[in-house]
Amino acid sequence: MNMLRQIRAVTWMNLRSIPQRFGASSVIVVGIAGVVAVLISVLAMATGFARTVAGTGSESRAIVLRGGSDSELASTLTRDATLTIMDAPGIRKDSAGKPIASAEAVVIVDMPKKSNDSGANVSIRGVGAAGMALRPEIHVVTGRMFQRGLRELIVGKGAQAQFKGLDVGSHIALRGSDWSIVGAFESNGDSHESELLADGETVLSSYRRNLYQSVVAQLNSKNAFDAFKTSLTTNPQLSVDVMREHDYYAHQSQRMSNVLSFVAYFVGGIMAVGALFGALNTMYSAVSVRSREIATLRAIGFGASAVVLSVLIEAMLLSVVGALIGAGLAWAFFNGNVVSTLGSNFTQVVFRLAVDPALVVLGVVWACAIGLVGGLFPAIRAARLPVATALRAV
Amino acid sequence: MKFLPLLWSGLWRKRTRTVFTLLSIIVAFVLFGMLQGVNAVFNNALNASAVDRLNVVSRISFTESLPFGYLSQIESVPGVAGVAYQSWFGTYYQDPKNFVFSFPLDPARFFALYPELHLSKDALAALVRTRTGAVVGRELAKKYGWKVGDRVPLHSVIWTQANGSSDWQFDIVGIYDAPLDPNQAGSFFFNYSYFDEARSFSKGTVGWYIVKVKDPKQAMQVAAAIDKRFANSSDETKTQTEKEFAQSFIKQQGDISFIVTAILGAVFFTLLFLTGNTMMQSVRERVPELAVLKTLGFTDFAVVVLILAEALVLTLFAALIGLGIAAATFPALKSIIGEARLPADVVTLGMAMAVLLALCTGLPPAWRTTRLNIIDALAGR
Repeated sequence: MNMLRQIRAVTWMNLRSIPQRFGASSVIVVGIAGVVAVLISVLAMATGFARTVAGTGSESRAIVLRGGSDSELASTLTRDATLTIMDAPGIRKDSAGKPIASAEAVVIVDMPKKSNDSGANVSIRGVGAAGMALRPEIHVVTGRMFQRGLRELIVGKGAQAQFKGLDVGSHIALRGSDWSIVGAFESNGDSHESELLADGETVLSSYRRNLYQSVVAQLNSKNAFDAFKTSLTTNPQLSVDVMREHDYYAHQSQRMSNVLSFVAYFVGGIMAVGALFGALNTMYSAVSVRSREIATLRAIGFGASAVVLSVLIEAMLLSVVGALIGAGLAWAFFNGNVVSTLGSNFTQVVFRLAVDPALVVLGVVWACAIGLVGGLFPAIRAARLPVATALRAV
Repeated sequence: MKFLPLLWSGLWRKRTRTVFTLLSIIVAFVLFGMLQGVNAVFNNALNASAVDRLNVVSRISFTESLPFGYLSQIESVPGVAGVAYQSWFGTYYQDPKNFVFSFPLDPARFFALYPELHLSKDALAALVRTRTGAVVGRELAKKYGWKVGDRVPLHSVIWTQANGSSDWQFDIVGIYDAPLDPNQAGSFFFNYSYFDEARSFSKGTVGWYIVKVKDPKQAMQVAAAIDKRFANSSDETKTQTEKEFAQSFIKQQGDISFIVTAILGAVFFTLLFLTGNTMMQSVRERVPELAVLKTLGFTDFAVVVLILAEALVLTLFAALIGLGIAAATFPALKSIIGEARLPADVVTLGMAMAVLLALCTGLPPAWRTTRLNIIDALAGR
């Protein structure tokens, strides 16, 4: 109890003297705010990207690509192959007895970005008859759904916000044919919101193609996947890769998330080292400025551990303040920012930066670690001050 | 010169503080050097693009292919000196992690347009002769230990052969060099005829055309003439200089690179703020000592110079070490960012920033010493 009172007294005394040492103390706060702001903003990008891409698709749906292709864009499936795939066991049937599955044609159109007017790859996904029944998460928010057989498109909210000329009612030219945008849709913020949707057959005929990219199928249940996969991979007429839709999109987000995490931890780590030296400097000078006070305290009976802890607490408090400022800056500047980049399908993915509580906690943990190391050595020096010498020093 | 020991003892007055300040400036410059080095890789790629070459891609998107028949039509456009063509092949070697940038092309046409890629006449002749022949860049060959005569299988994620296989066999017949920019010596080139005969779909198309113009000043007119020729067809084209094409591709990566650069700028200045603050504090603490110097007859100017010299020694020394560490880490990061070097102008810029930092942190306290009342200062008031 006595010890606690001592710690409280010394810490309080230290904290009250911070205004007199404002410049030096701000070194810790600003340094750590910088580290945490950088760490959190870059990770917010990784989180936002992963949330959008890996949040696409469902556990109970499967996606079928040609064997050996790593993404839809690289894959090609003949019409015969898509029909064989849609006949496979395990696919849920609708009331008319037709499989709820869609052969999809994914093509790319070059659209100017609103931010810099530079052309960027935007996907147009041509879906089959069951394409919408398959994805209940997609709902039109303005305008109407496209009609099958007509050159009509609906545009995702994300794509509409990032690229020019995608308002409802505008027209775009694809291979000399005129398409109109008749609606805009939302899809729980997943990566389909970066796309345009249309009727698959019409897209193929406009692009004069006859090959599909993928088949997406609603399975009877999550557990029907293995049987579905086996029946396709053992079919000698087919050479396909079968994945749960959710796993496919999680895999697609992997590379970008890894790159961003690497940047965040690498740059954040180097900065943390710099901030640590700053913290050490500050706390050493805080201790040296107060060496007479500390010696006086020791002389009147305060314990060494009370002195050590008070220095540590001061360092940690300053660090946490820095972390909160850094997290606040990252949140204020970046949270919810909509940005876009090239995803692994070689097309633009529009996503929202997400500063979530887990990231803030991570930032505070980093700050505490820096504060702890930065405070520990000066604290030990403070506790070891020879009392008599320090008292005599002017 | 006789003041050197004084300068030295001033620096080492508080050993731990000087060491820590030094270390945090070093960290700032390590970061600065690495970022600028990575930046330089991008800029090199841009600068390597020739002014007299145009890229002709599909207007819809550069991933769409163009008809093979455009070749002769583009050749007949006035001002065109030569035309070559390529496609994106999208391959890896043995494992999906080992991505290989491979392109089918017409060897004679291609190497005539790219004088910066050095391939011996014999190797070029061998490539033309050998249906499944391929030439690889020096860096790529080194990476996988390939040599002339090797038979190399590549797996294409896009193209299947008529028999359904995605695995393509090649015989390496030559190795090319790119003395100007080693990053360009990382590609794998092979015969378009082999590719077009063997692939199972999209026969008779090419990914994009490369056009060399007779006069670089006419590049824009030639580009417009090419696009005009194919306007209103079902395969409209978009013709850009190589540099514009490379820039638009970098812009596709988009906002991310901008945000990362912005963040890193903030980082650098945070670290400099920290050190600047500490250095200023250290001068403030020494006011009584500076008063002693003035009592001994040092002029204001001499004291200012002394303080600034101390700051300069510290920042320049730290900047040199930091940039040195950055340069030393590039080889370790080669697999991630490619062949990076610290350009001379980055070193100059770094030194200029070090001087600026020394002035910013040294001048205000130095200025104050010139207005010092010696008696007050000696008393520590």
